[in-house]
Amino acid sequence: MLFDYLTLKLIWWLLVGVLLIGFAIMDGHDMGVGTLLPILGRDDTDRRVMINTVAPHWDGNQVWFITAGGAIFAAWPFVYATAFSGMYWALLLVLFALFFRPVGFEYRSKLPNPAWRSAWDWGLFAGSAVPALVFGVAFGNLFQGVPFHLDETMRSFYTGSFWALLNPFALLCGVVSLSLLALQGATFLAHRTEGELQARARGAGTVLAVLLLAAFSAAGVWVGRLDGFVIQSIADVGGALNPLMKEVVRQPGAWFANYQKYPLLWAVPALAYAGGLLALACLRAGKTLVAFIGSSVACLAVILTAGVALFPFVLPSSTLPKASLTAWDATSSYVTLNVMLYVALIFTPIVIAYTGWAYRVMAGKVTRDYIVANDKALY
Amino acid sequence: MIDSTVVDLSRLQFAATAMYHFLFVPLTLGLSWLLVVMETAYVMSGKEIYRDMTKFWGKLYGINFALGVTTGITMEFQFGTNWAYYSHYVGDIFGAPLAIEGLMAFFLESTMVGLFFFGWQRLSKAGHLAVTVLMALGTNLSAVLILIANGWMQDPVGSTFNPVTMRMELVDFAALVFNPVAQSKFVHTVAAGYVTGSLFVLGISSWYLLKGLHVEFARRSFRIAAAFGLAGCLSVIVLGDESGYAVSESQKSKLAAIEAMWETEAAPAGFNLLAWPNEERQANDWEIRIPYVLGLIATRSVSETLPGIKEIRAANRQRIESGVQAVLALEALRQNPADAAAKASFAKHQQDMGYGMLVKRYSPDLAQATPAMLDQAAHDSVPRVAPLFWTFRLMVLLGFAMLLLVGLAFWYSVKNSFQQKTWLLRWALWFIPMPWIAIQSGWFVAEYGRQPWTVFGMLPTHLSASSLSAASLWGSIAGFVGFYTLLLVAEMYLMFKYARLGPAALQPAAAPANA
Repeated sequence: MLFDYLTLKLIWWLLVGVLLIGFAIMDGHDMGVGTLLPILGRDDTDRRVMINTVAPHWDGNQVWFITAGGAIFAAWPFVYATAFSGMYWALLLVLFALFFRPVGFEYRSKLPNPAWRSAWDWGLFAGSAVPALVFGVAFGNLFQGVPFHLDETMRSFYTGSFWALLNPFALLCGVVSLSLLALQGATFLAHRTEGELQARARGAGTVLAVLLLAAFSAAGVWVGRLDGFVIQSIADVGGALNPLMKEVVRQPGAWFANYQKYPLLWAVPALAYAGGLLALACLRAGKTLVAFIGSSVACLAVILTAGVALFPFVLPSSTLPKASLTAWDATSSYVTLNVMLYVALIFTPIVIAYTGWAYRVMAGKVTRDYIVANDKALY
Repeated sequence: MIDSTVVDLSRLQFAATAMYHFLFVPLTLGLSWLLVVMETAYVMSGKEIYRDMTKFWGKLYGINFALGVTTGITMEFQFGTNWAYYSHYVGDIFGAPLAIEGLMAFFLESTMVGLFFFGWQRLSKAGHLAVTVLMALGTNLSAVLILIANGWMQDPVGSTFNPVTMRMELVDFAALVFNPVAQSKFVHTVAAGYVTGSLFVLGISSWYLLKGLHVEFARRSFRIAAAFGLAGCLSVIVLGDESGYAVSESQKSKLAAIEAMWETEAAPAGFNLLAWPNEERQANDWEIRIPYVLGLIATRSVSETLPGIKEIRAANRQRIESGVQAVLALEALRQNPADAAAKASFAKHQQDMGYGMLVKRYSPDLAQATPAMLDQAAHDSVPRVAPLFWTFRLMVLLGFAMLLLVGLAFWYSVKNSFQQKTWLLRWALWFIPMPWIAIQSGWFVAEYGRQPWTVFGMLPTHLSASSLSAASLWGSIAGFVGFYTLLLVAEMYLMFKYARLGPAALQPAAAPANA
């Protein structure tokens, strides 16, 4: 009852951002570990060390992803319906890849057979790398607009193909997200392992940080040359709206409009560079915890950089720009946003608290000796 | 024009993936509390055998849990991928319990499950027990919220139509959460899970006893499972009755179809123990009837009448006619928001709008709808009788057979003679699959019985699907069948292997294994 509808719409834009950032930082580091599994794990024990750094946590971390999906359903039903049905095969690709994570973690070390283990290792790799790549590709397509339109009953129709999503700019964004999450994994591994494996993780992290900063910069330059979306006119944004109640035009360079209007916002991409460089420097210096924090800052700032550029757009339409979904007109009703805000305010801190506790309980290096000594009890 | 093939394939895919998901959920629900019981016994008695029991059944729990998580993600994706118009039309209400489920329940369950497996050496005894309790609590809370969401589809309370956004919107959150249909469904469903977990432990323990393996371990597991299973079974049946009562309030068409009750009869109505429903004649070819019983169960009174299928169809025919007026008025209002006649007509007929939308299946433009189409819509407003009639009876029959089994198992564990009753042990072993069959039947009754609606009386199934191509659906169905078969084979292999190994699975191999 404290907030008006407009404020709630803004808060929910931020909250969805928080969940996506939470996903990138938390699920990101175990997806990064999965991505690096075939690259850094030289033998079975190495790979078990890597897997067991995240074994007690990957499941809880994955709930950031599930909850982000649920929150988009609850707060932005238009976006949930249109994006998930439109990009049907992209979503199924992510889903099928994700199948291999829970079973990969849980089943892999239940049998000693090397072929069995190697098959699940590749499953874990696919289940980690494919979603990490596709999330960036999805963002890359948002910047170019997605081919969908709405009819007067608000039924959405998608007129593009799956392959069109894999265009060069989107793939570049995919490189950003994949290197970002892999860097999360590398810094986490550097912190939680020792010896040769740790050295390899530090080396991989250094390369990934450089790759991330290069791809992020290239994507930034490219975005400036794309046709952005601008709302020309819209009905009262403080009231109930449907997406067709506005006029939208496309203008070259318009994705920088928010940054030009509020130059302070340049601090956000600057923070992404700072985080990446911090991770890079600390990996080299052996300050692994700070490297992980730097990488996490990069996760936060990279996602926020994209979000700020798009704002208030969430899912722009290339074929009917006025049907683009925005933070003003794709949201739930006032009652739902209000109730869900209270739920989020109560439970998010509780979740963060017990997650922190779980990490503290399981803190410390995972070593090869520990794996050998607890052969039957560990993943 | 909506492609009916796409709607049918979307239903097939949803039904198949949901039923598959629900192979794993009930076992998780039941085993989680059994683990709590076993570990409590360990903490209180200090006997290591209880810790080994917790660890061993926990291993099987983990093998099952992984697939529950895997297949659960599919369910969350699928509302958006395949039921986009549903997600748009009711997401304002339905999305809330799903999001709350993630934040309140699934986080808790998933964080604690990691500590349950890997925290044995790092937590105190009481600390680890607390983790196990929180894990079970998270699992069950998760079920509450999912059943609140499903309960709303069965009986959509607390919402209203917004013509600006063209969808239903939440007006009363408390009504959504405290929906009586959701409450009775929740207890009925989780208790069915408790029975599943109990029969799983009971059956495998019986196998050990029959083989003379791990006897002390199996005896204790058997006892706990028998007691827990008896409590679970009684709750399922009592709350199943409560669900029946709730259905009689909210979905008379489902109840009439389950009972193959074509005509309205004087109260209290009789119960068809067995019958042969004939859709064409709208009558039963033969029936074995117990007088009064249905009326008493469903209305808890001797004077309230229950409408038969013919009467329900006639009443729906009128609501359909009124609902068509509501849809037409809404279309007129979209053209001209100031149209006073349309406004008045919409206000008058709004309550029946969902019924008007039923006709879109036969004529997308309702202005062109003929009386024959309205008749057809009215006829199709009650689901087919025979599938519901038989699956419901299968569920109930299995329910009572399981009650008898756990009742006897409990009786003989009190008398401490179950070990000698090989017939009982064999019965328990062969009954391991029965809870699953009963549960799948139950969900079939709940969901097929709600047809032709996704949200009862509000949104027809036919309008709910995404605008996809049939080719996409065939592709995704093939993908699900392929991946799910692969995963099920792996799961069953490990489950059998570890169940056979028994508590020996916990110890590191002394010598090179399989030498």
